[in-house]
Amino acid sequence: MADTFKLGNHEFTSRFILGSGKYSLDLIKAAVEHAGAQIITLALRRAATGNIANILDYIPKGVTLLPNTSGARNAEEAVRIARLAREVGCGDFIKIECIRDSKYLLPDNYETAKATEALAKEGFVVMPYMYPDLNAARDMANAGAACIMPLGAPIGTNKGLATKEFIKILIDEIDLPIIVDAGIGRPSQACEAMEMGAAAVMANTAIATAGDIPQMAEAMKLAIEAGRAAYLAGPGRVLDKGAAASSPLTGFLAD
Amino acid sequence: MAEIKELDPKNRIDHMKYLPDMEVIDSDIDKRVVEAMNAYDYTQFTAQDVMAALNADTLSPRDFQALLSPAAEPFLEQMAQRAQQETRKHFGNSVMMFTPVYIANYCENFCVYCGFNCHNKIRRAKLSYEEIEKEFQAVAKTGLQEVLLLTGESRKGSDVKYIGEACKIARKYFKVIGLEVYPMNSDEYAYLHECGADYVTVFQETYDSDKYETLHLAGHKRIWPYRVNAQERAIRGGMRGVGFAALLGLSDFRKDGFATGYHAYLLQQKYPHSEIAISCPRLRPIINNDKINPKDVHERQLLQVICAYRLFLPFASITISTRESSEFRKHVIAICATKISAGVSVGIGGRTEGEESKGDAQFEINDSASVDEVYNTITEMGMQPVMSDYIYV
Repeated sequence: MADTFKLGNHEFTSRFILGSGKYSLDLIKAAVEHAGAQIITLALRRAATGNIANILDYIPKGVTLLPNTSGARNAEEAVRIARLAREVGCGDFIKIECIRDSKYLLPDNYETAKATEALAKEGFVVMPYMYPDLNAARDMANAGAACIMPLGAPIGTNKGLATKEFIKILIDEIDLPIIVDAGIGRPSQACEAMEMGAAAVMANTAIATAGDIPQMAEAMKLAIEAGRAAYLAGPGRVLDKGAAASSPLTGFLAD
Repeated sequence: MAEIKELDPKNRIDHMKYLPDMEVIDSDIDKRVVEAMNAYDYTQFTAQDVMAALNADTLSPRDFQALLSPAAEPFLEQMAQRAQQETRKHFGNSVMMFTPVYIANYCENFCVYCGFNCHNKIRRAKLSYEEIEKEFQAVAKTGLQEVLLLTGESRKGSDVKYIGEACKIARKYFKVIGLEVYPMNSDEYAYLHECGADYVTVFQETYDSDKYETLHLAGHKRIWPYRVNAQERAIRGGMRGVGFAALLGLSDFRKDGFATGYHAYLLQQKYPHSEIAISCPRLRPIINNDKINPKDVHERQLLQVICAYRLFLPFASITISTRESSEFRKHVIAICATKISAGVSVGIGGRTEGEESKGDAQFEINDSASVDEVYNTITEMGMQPVMSDYIYV
């Protein structure tokens, strides 16, 4: 049986969600192919209606579009951008980004949860980008989110899984796909996220800032597949603190 | 110009005192900027300070000062390398394109270095709404989706309603509308925001108020504190983003560069959702005075300032002006600028085929490349021109 994951009523075999925002339009096709990606994100604010270089024309057919609400500073703006995305034919998927900090671009969990509730009621497949907080993730799950997208590190930093412990908690406690989004800078970090049990990884800057974009897209794909395979295999025991004692403390017990 | 009374200092109004119709906001940002700028002694910084700044993950205001100091000049290559990395992390290879549209050049101010100044004998004009629409149609044909509307600074010549109508017309053709007009009160900014504008740029020219006083001899612009608080009033009026600039060469460019970046930094801290933009203009010759030049701000110093802005404010949009040569602009967008103007006309009107401009230009531009030329230059460099990265909500 194929190893798939579900978002709403849609099933995917690729666990690599590709960003499209930070590199040349004519490289998108090659990046998608090398990444084997089935989902590509797209900032609606970039989707020009004009006649020069519309990003929508560069995305290969058959790839699911995941428009995001970047530019929204609160739930109300996110909802309006999501509706616009649907109107221009971007489908029912929506990645919520509610950001009211222009310096670190950290998501606002409270506004994101509110937008999740509103958009889930309107039939969107809602994918909230969030700061990994268990309570907020529960609120988003209860509000109808299709997955949870915690950040690994501040967006664009390529710093990897700085929030690892908190993402682990989400993986353990939330009964939805956990997709690590933002901060993944190297294939090894993507691999680690997948080994932990993340359902998928989303990356943009890591690919966009690479010397060879399609090659890095492929490296990321392979790392994600390796991490997933390791997770399914059940990783061997790794002791966090020192080796097992050769004279166990409980050895005195007679029976 | 003997008959101009403001040439005699005793006839000038107090440049630090608000005029009756000017809104006073409760803010200490201007004072904090001036205090820090006055305390900044760039001769005290050493190569070690510069290296520490280049290695810092997030730069402090003190690191920013080090990078603007003469001690950083031998490190310009390292600054450029890191500036490029930061720019790629935050913006990828995107370069935003826009064009300024001058709709009027009436001006009530007497700024001695500016071609629009009220005593300079130039052709004055103000486009009618029909002419504005024609101008926009000509710009829209080039594929641009962002415009920056400019007027001379005259409340009488170009009142808020006139600017508002121009914004409403611009909304029909463009996704992004910025304003570079005279500073106004927050309720007026709120009105222009409703009309479709979302970005406000105000060049402070110089943060040294004593020097400012000797250059801006008359008009509303003479009031230094009203101008310096314009960005904060614009944010309070609901504008999404605000732009800052010192006109490098007017005063001590290191101090002005520091004040510009620190001003932007403090406002972003106070209003974290605000988008920050920095422009990096140098003085240019004007009609009737070709001797105006940027003095000690050579390209090397200008690049140092721009790289320091990028490293201190890695998230900020940085615009590179047509005042600079096409060669310099090209290299700066490869390093750290993220926004470039194209198809620029700094006269009033004149984009419509078969028609000449109705009013004279503010300054002489250096790079007159068309939209297509700039677009092709950017793509040939392996970068991606972006016409709009914005949605009006």
